[in-house]
Amino acid sequence: MLNYTLRRLLMVIPTLLILVIFAFYLMRLAPGGPFTSERPLPPAVMANVLERYGMDEPLYVQLWTYIKNIICCFDFGPSFAQKDRTVNDVIAQGFPVTLTYGFWSAVFVLALGVPLGIIAALRHNGFWDYTMTGLAIFSQIFPNFVLAPLLVLLFTLSWGLLPGGGWNGGQWQYIVMPAIALGTSYMASVARLTRGSMLEVLGSPYIRTARAKGLPERTIILRHALKPALLPTLTYMGPVFVYMITGSVFVDVFFSTGGIGQDFIDGAYSRDYSILLGLAILYAVLTFALTLAVDLLYAWIDPKVRAGLS
Amino acid sequence: MIGAVKRRLNSANFADERAGEMVASRSFWADAGRRFLRNRMAVFSVGMLSVLVLFAIFGNLFSRWSFEEIDWNVLGRIKQDGGPSLENGHWFGVDELGRDLYARVVQGTRTSLLVGFIAGPVSVILGATLGALSGYYGGRFDRTVLGAYTIWLAIPYIIFFVVWQAFFGRSMSQMILVIILVNWTAGLLIVRGQVMMLKNREFVDAARMLGMSDLAIIFRHLAPNVLWVVVIYTSLVIPEVIMMESLVSFLGVGIQEPNTSLGALLSEGASTMTFGTLWQLGFPAAIFVLAQVSLFYIGDGLRDALDPKER
Repeated sequence: MLNYTLRRLLMVIPTLLILVIFAFYLMRLAPGGPFTSERPLPPAVMANVLERYGMDEPLYVQLWTYIKNIICCFDFGPSFAQKDRTVNDVIAQGFPVTLTYGFWSAVFVLALGVPLGIIAALRHNGFWDYTMTGLAIFSQIFPNFVLAPLLVLLFTLSWGLLPGGGWNGGQWQYIVMPAIALGTSYMASVARLTRGSMLEVLGSPYIRTARAKGLPERTIILRHALKPALLPTLTYMGPVFVYMITGSVFVDVFFSTGGIGQDFIDGAYSRDYSILLGLAILYAVLTFALTLAVDLLYAWIDPKVRAGLS
Repeated sequence: MIGAVKRRLNSANFADERAGEMVASRSFWADAGRRFLRNRMAVFSVGMLSVLVLFAIFGNLFSRWSFEEIDWNVLGRIKQDGGPSLENGHWFGVDELGRDLYARVVQGTRTSLLVGFIAGPVSVILGATLGALSGYYGGRFDRTVLGAYTIWLAIPYIIFFVVWQAFFGRSMSQMILVIILVNWTAGLLIVRGQVMMLKNREFVDAARMLGMSDLAIIFRHLAPNVLWVVVIYTSLVIPEVIMMESLVSFLGVGIQEPNTSLGALLSEGASTMTFGTLWQLGFPAAIFVLAQVSLFYIGDGLRDALDPKER
């Protein structure tokens, strides 16, 4: 188990290196830069600016300095477009926002998706089952960028219940819609997956044995069926977290939450190399950490998997 | 019931009928086609999608305005006069800048469908080819491909996509190229698994003994056997690609103005809905949802018709 964790952690290093090198060269090869504007700077000034940011050196030297600074001092460099701010400042300000509604969105996905899947399996071909199938199709067709405007249309413009954007220190009214917009489609997938595996488990011989013993239905489901039925759902949470990280870029932009997604898009517009690289690393690390956490949790719960790892 | 069966069995031309049925092609694909045609929702969706395609190709013929022309009569009074109307020829109303929304929706649908139907299949073919090669050869090549695959999956695609779009042009061909690059893993694993299973079968041994080269075996003998996987996978990837394109356009790094796509139109509509010009959101959203619904059911029908597990 420890061995496995270490091996997975070691994988992170080459992946991040490839990502950084690739992104670094990709961005620098593109024409233009953070200091090109409609009225070009005089060459002398431009030279000074470039020197100030260390951009007069050859690319591989810059790349080396960048990586060195990260490793030695956790320094991701200054922002090119936002004066007097470092990448660390930008992340420290925006990341808690994204993390907060991301967390509530994950809670929403699990707290609604899992029970819905279980109920649909218990009432196979009943009302809840069809409701869930409908929901699954709905979520396929209404991705977050269609759902979010509709939510605002209903909750803000028509009924005036919730604010249509902003953050305001993370009051709950400001978290509801971002969390729903981010989570709905995954909630439906989780429900569908839970339903499928629950149906499979309920049809298995040991459940029949439990029924034959005369155990109450409650005990059968909560004690015996639930745990194995949730395993596939758990593995699916890894990819779900990855997709949610991706989706959070959109949610940040649409709801103006002030999360890192907005910084990312702004950075792309203004060629803010350091912000883009820093956020790319952050997104990738987050992806790794969450997938690894899910995998370890899985191994912890399922003895078969645990045996396979060591 | 029994009487009817007896009558049929004793009828004069029963033997001929049966013989005709047997002679007529009953290949896997003919069978699958028959199963697909029996799925009403899928067939209806093919019709719906065809209508959308026709709309994207010929929709302009019914438009009185071009997609970049500004109607100065309604500009500044868009909330009052800019709505859908038959009199001034703006069937879907006008957008924020007074351009005809109908013409723009036609243009946007064209972009989105083109991107989906070019980038989707090409990336699946790329992924499937890589998967077939790595499943067939195994060894170091297989390990390299799988390693790259794992690393690639760990990087949220949006990073790459947004940076690429913002830095290198915003044309349609760029968009298609970057989608293919992002999606090169599509179908890789499943085709690899299928090929690994098939490569030990007798017909592959036979082909090898006949002296066929590896590539000929892969593309002549293995490819037809994994085609069904590729078809199913393509039908799943196309709506996903359209969604990707729309998301990126929504974020503002999509195709360059005055050209547009459904995602860009959705984004414009969403940004102006506070002013009460809801048609600017409604029409693009409806077309987008229509496209996604029909692609979803077509994919569903194909899966039912082709996947041996579903039978």
